[in-house]
Amino acid sequence: MENIKLQSRRDFLRSSALAGGGLMLSFSWFSEAKAAEKIAALNLSEQWSELAAFIKITPDNVIKILCPNPEFGQNVMTSLPMMVAEELDCDWKNVVVEMGTHDNVKYGPQFTGGSNSIRMYWKPLRNAGAAARQMLIEAAAQTWGVPASEIKTKAGILSHSSGKEAKYGEIAAKAATIAVPKDIKLKAPKDFTIVRNSKKNSEGLKIVTGKPLFGMDYRVNGMLIAMIQHPPAFGMRLKSFDATDARKMPGIKDVFSFKLYDDGFEQGGFDTRAFNEMIAVVGNSTWEVINARKKINAQWEAAGDVKETMMGRGGKTEKIVPGRLETTAKQFEMMAEFDKRLAKELRKDGDPETAFKNATQIIERTYNAPFLAHNTMEPMNFFADVQDDKALVVGPLQAPGWMEPSLMKLLNLPADKIEIQMTRMGGGFGRRAYGSYVYEAARISQKLKAPVKLIYTREDDMTYGIYRPMYTATYRAALDANKNLIGFQVTGGGIPENPIHANRFPAGAVDNYLADGWEIPSNITIGAFRAPRSNFNAAAEQSFLDEVAEAMGKDPIAFRIDLLKKAKENPVGKNNDYDASRYIGVLELLKEKSGWGKPENAGKKRGVAAYFCHNSYAGHVVDMVMRDGQPYVEEVISVVDCGVVVNPDAARNMVQGAVVDGIGQSFYGALTHKDGVPEQNNFHNYRMIRHNEAPKKIDVHFVENDIDPTGLGEPPFPPVFGAVANALFKTTGKRYYNQPFMSEQAKL
Amino acid sequence: MAKYNLKINGEMQQVDVDPSTPILWVLRDHLNMPGTKFGCGMAQCGACTIHLDGNATRSCVLPVSAIGKSAITTIEGLSANGTHPVQKAWLEHDVAQCGYCQSGQIMSASALLKSNPKPTDEDIDNAMSGNICRCGTYLRIKEAIKTAAKTSNAK
Repeated sequence: MENIKLQSRRDFLRSSALAGGGLMLSFSWFSEAKAAEKIAALNLSEQWSELAAFIKITPDNVIKILCPNPEFGQNVMTSLPMMVAEELDCDWKNVVVEMGTHDNVKYGPQFTGGSNSIRMYWKPLRNAGAAARQMLIEAAAQTWGVPASEIKTKAGILSHSSGKEAKYGEIAAKAATIAVPKDIKLKAPKDFTIVRNSKKNSEGLKIVTGKPLFGMDYRVNGMLIAMIQHPPAFGMRLKSFDATDARKMPGIKDVFSFKLYDDGFEQGGFDTRAFNEMIAVVGNSTWEVINARKKINAQWEAAGDVKETMMGRGGKTEKIVPGRLETTAKQFEMMAEFDKRLAKELRKDGDPETAFKNATQIIERTYNAPFLAHNTMEPMNFFADVQDDKALVVGPLQAPGWMEPSLMKLLNLPADKIEIQMTRMGGGFGRRAYGSYVYEAARISQKLKAPVKLIYTREDDMTYGIYRPMYTATYRAALDANKNLIGFQVTGGGIPENPIHANRFPAGAVDNYLADGWEIPSNITIGAFRAPRSNFNAAAEQSFLDEVAEAMGKDPIAFRIDLLKKAKENPVGKNNDYDASRYIGVLELLKEKSGWGKPENAGKKRGVAAYFCHNSYAGHVVDMVMRDGQPYVEEVISVVDCGVVVNPDAARNMVQGAVVDGIGQSFYGALTHKDGVPEQNNFHNYRMIRHNEAPKKIDVHFVENDIDPTGLGEPPFPPVFGAVANALFKTTGKRYYNQPFMSEQAKL
Repeated sequence: MAKYNLKINGEMQQVDVDPSTPILWVLRDHLNMPGTKFGCGMAQCGACTIHLDGNATRSCVLPVSAIGKSAITTIEGLSANGTHPVQKAWLEHDVAQCGYCQSGQIMSASALLKSNPKPTDEDIDNAMSGNICRCGTYLRIKEAIKTAAKTSNAK
């Protein structure tokens, strides 16, 4: 039993009576100091430090739990309410889950991303559930005239040894009059009955029956459909256009150009947008708008260098976005050139220069990866109804709280006049943390003074995306005469950001270590993509370590464990951001579950990788075969340590999905450019992994412990790339340094 | 514009649209049946899969003028309350992550089982590889199809 002493700046929980009798409990989150620190670490703005959500218990015993966080497939609409229900000690069968609307004051950021939902809400949501339970007990105690300490709860029923019994719903109205407790007792993990027991997706039935859940499905009476014509290339802008023919097309209401941001607009960190001036086509139906858009006669011109004003953590800064029209091959050449220059030092331990000077063998390898498009199955879209004095915007969005300040500026409306509703998202993967499509919809609705749904076609979605950056990294290892690793260096760079996490493994495990990086600015818009930076680093680093182990004559798992033991027992340097014991634990379990090194697996072509990111530890063993002349990942064994696993079967689903995604992205993923024009624009030329390419089996195991849970959406994804690269070596005898691997394979 | 009488999920519906309008947009925009999803618009992802006379068909490239008397079944018509064996199997295996592609996956799977009640893994791959799942739920989809095959056959 864990006792929580609430020390909030304001009241932590507030109760009120439900209309028609019953209990409604609203609560403020992050009242604990620790949680406040977490917010700081996440760089969430201060105005979001107060979060609230609701539990409602009706007299007929329906328990309604609002999910604060947007759902994009990570299953928060099931797992977050499970945490409330656990401490409330109710019957899961009586729980109804609803998505909360956005409210900065009541609910806070409601941010889905960074594998943070479960981690952030683990304590606050359980506190709320536990407080409600204690209030129900107190209410029953008063009603029955017995001490509260003698009342038990089980599956939503209050009982006393005298034989008295009541459902939560029967006592809820009374509970609403009870003061919110100051001391809250949380269950010990061993007493969990809902958490750690698989629960089905709370929206599963709606999904399989095709109910309107997604932004694309949202509609109101009189709603118009809008599409946007954007410049054909990054680095270009609208010069002029003639929409005479387009306007004449059936069903078309208007065709006009608009500017997204006014000159000098101060962009927040998630206000990234590819183009500022675009042409909107608005009409009655999607097909009519698609056809009318083709009739626009537009002229485009080079935009040249563009000055942008950014409002970041460090205050207002100005940046110049270069105007050059980029071509992928030239970008890689430019990166190779930058790679040889002096980079900015990010971390240095010991004396790497001397170590490399004294080395008897130096292994140096360079890894490259292209831009990736998110390609969520549901293309970007948003509904907006902007009126003079208020606005409603509805759609798929990972971080409504980050969009609101800019919406206020764009629409010149106060926060309380802007209602943001979140629909289920047809995928996010980071893309929907950037809300320029919300602003576009709002701008179009503002101009027409009508409810409008903006829809991207697949081509729009892919060709003015906010991509995973291009990355490169050169790794160097220094071995002495006894094949000991005496020095390690990584230089990373990218367009437009370097990928390096300087304090990650193997930092802390090597005496002489250097990490540095450089960046090349670009007009191609980039943003978070499932496990940002890690999704490249894990591929490069884990592939390099495999090669170093081979050169040292060591088993790749044993080699990693040896290094991690050193980092655990005798860590080098400061700020190592991983827990070596948990890393080792994952590798040990992976070894056991995969039968690594066992004679029966001797014939298998196996690759292994493990990585730490977003607070969790994950590793995979990938078994590859040649099938029809192509490498094929047939089977995968995965191990994850994310602390307590809240919803095990859904967690397995998430890991399996990350494995399939990782194989697909590493094999095929690439968004290339020619003179600023994206060379892929739909699924016929942007290859996605398909049914027949998915492994036959993905066996998922979790390290069992009672550590507070951390995220799962991202951590299993990056190490897939490394494990695939290492299995490719075993299968083909060649090392793969450049993604996507199947393009590399085609060149061999 | 032209008038079309369409048989959708067993009921006749009349629409007045441009003959080139894909049936996907007729369903979504004109008949307010949003269960059939837009994913790519060029028959590459399968999110828009419907049944045309029982066969899996990509509705995003099928003009309304080409339908004639053929019967259309959409996800809404498979069963409204999730009682079709394929829907039940999807729930049993808790297949969905984001869920956006699953209407199309379910429509492809149910058409497969109708024509091939006991599909092999290879049959499933062949029938389903036109349906992309960006979340990577392919293994569960395959398991769910096998479960549905068993329960359908048991009937």
